[in-house]
Amino acid sequence: MSQYFHSIRIDTEKCEGRMKCLRVCPTQAIRVRDGKAAIIEEKCIDCGECITVCPHGAIVPLTDPFGELSKFRYTVAIPSPALYAQFGREILPEKILSGIKKLGFDSAFDLALTCGEVSFAIQEYLRDYKGPKPLISNACPTVVRLIQVKYPELIDQIIPIELPRELAGREIKKKLSKQLKIDEKEIGAFYLTPCPVKMISIKQPAEKGKSFLDGAISIADVYGPLLSAMEGIEKGSYRKALESICILGVGWAMVGGICRTLRLKNSLAVSGLPEIIKVFDDIERGKLRNIDFIEAYSCLQGCVGGSLTVENLYTSYNKILKLIETLEFEQIKACPDIREVRKLYSQNYFLIKGKFEPRPLKPLDTDLAKAIKKRKLKEEIYELLRKIDCGVCGAPTCLAFAEDVVKGYADLTDCIFDLPDNMEELSKELSDLRSNIHKSKK
Amino acid sequence: MSDECVLSQKFKIEGGNFGNAGKASTSIKEILKEIGIDPSIVIRASIAIYEAEMNVVMYAKKGIITLNITPEELHLKLEDEGQGIADIYQAMKEGFSTATNEMREMGFGAGMGLPNIKKNADRFEITSIPGKGTTLDIIFYLNKTGNQ
Repeated sequence: MSQYFHSIRIDTEKCEGRMKCLRVCPTQAIRVRDGKAAIIEEKCIDCGECITVCPHGAIVPLTDPFGELSKFRYTVAIPSPALYAQFGREILPEKILSGIKKLGFDSAFDLALTCGEVSFAIQEYLRDYKGPKPLISNACPTVVRLIQVKYPELIDQIIPIELPRELAGREIKKKLSKQLKIDEKEIGAFYLTPCPVKMISIKQPAEKGKSFLDGAISIADVYGPLLSAMEGIEKGSYRKALESICILGVGWAMVGGICRTLRLKNSLAVSGLPEIIKVFDDIERGKLRNIDFIEAYSCLQGCVGGSLTVENLYTSYNKILKLIETLEFEQIKACPDIREVRKLYSQNYFLIKGKFEPRPLKPLDTDLAKAIKKRKLKEEIYELLRKIDCGVCGAPTCLAFAEDVVKGYADLTDCIFDLPDNMEELSKELSDLRSNIHKSKK
Repeated sequence: MSDECVLSQKFKIEGGNFGNAGKASTSIKEILKEIGIDPSIVIRASIAIYEAEMNVVMYAKKGIITLNITPEELHLKLEDEGQGIADIYQAMKEGFSTATNEMREMGFGAGMGLPNIKKNADRFEITSIPGKGTTLDIIFYLNKTGNQ
């Protein structure tokens, strides 16, 4: 059993070793060995970039099939607000939720309301917070994992407020078990997810607590059935449907939604891992101390850009944006009562139960002197390579290859150039290096 | 100490090149993480080296950072060719700055650069010859028992 649960699996039958995943992985967690891709579990942060890029569909997101529903006496669907962005502009959440009920769930819950409560709770937390800034939203599990792995020193800047879907799961189960007089265990709460990473936050929450949800079903899997299910539903009053939408909550579907609907002044909204890495580097340099809050999503444009969504991400982003603008214009504020939220907040209703723990990558060696030697060796090996990052050795870059050699995961002869023209001179250097590597392993 | 246990690397900095500013400090930070330097030291070193790199970018023609790591200490030496600092005593005061408006627009020039480096480092030395350049020595002790 491996230490980390991942929501991504490689189907080795289908994998043809085309190396697209190798090049796209932002944490260099993939190696191709004997023509098949493999994931280095310690490095993977479940962003799902490899899923999207694989030409053979050999990288599969692990979500739950519909069949899981039959395991429970009562089932609730909790769709991500990103689902509301998947259909035309005239299809509002109310209709989507009635459609979901026809798919076999006993009820469908509007998560936007809980998102709204959590937005207020974040506002409360920001107001009372005195530690180092900026605070970082925990909404995207990939971002939380990126911090755990690559920016462990920023871990205390992740907001420790429970995620809306978890709160919803917790509260729905409490309420329904009383109402229906059944055990909480007999109630299945399923998240309709725009990305596979939510699956790991259910199976292995970053803060090591226990999830209140029982599974995650891909939006892509429900899309078709839901579209047909909505066909028969009579069109109600548009204005009435609009009035039931929590403006704070729908913002959670897109990047910048939380900042905008809370009207936060000193905040940043970032999406896409390479951009997030730039921003986090700036935080480490002490550059962004004047910023209070950062909303970061690994998928472009936020959850609407998740790899398990259907609609073009710019179209869906736009739908959410227009919805927010309409609600602002119409001055519709179907939001939770802030006084109620404050009361609950003071009772620790929103705080996460565990604590975020760093899981930094293993250094080259736990002994500093040995680590320094290995780092030098890595540099020497790298200098011998062609530095064209061809990937044929199975590592994404020449530098990553040099590291693999030092760590003993690869051999110098895996490089197809097997070292350049002046072979004679170099082979001496090479054999010295090999014996050095041998020594350093001892 | 055998020189097997010293990691030395040089990084060039181009004065006035804001597009590349911060690259050297990012590379150094990566190395520190890779060899497993304590995160609390990594964060202090990242801040100090970035401030120092930006000083070169803003005020000098060019500069070189020499990184030297032994199991005992992390030594960052910055040597630049440029205008130098006429009055170091004054430059070390918080709030003193000769930054232009453009630099201030970018969030620099609050006069916190040098004091901030000193605050974050375990040892800090500065020498400067006006009209020629400035040399900084920024040192962090890695042996935890040695410096607390």
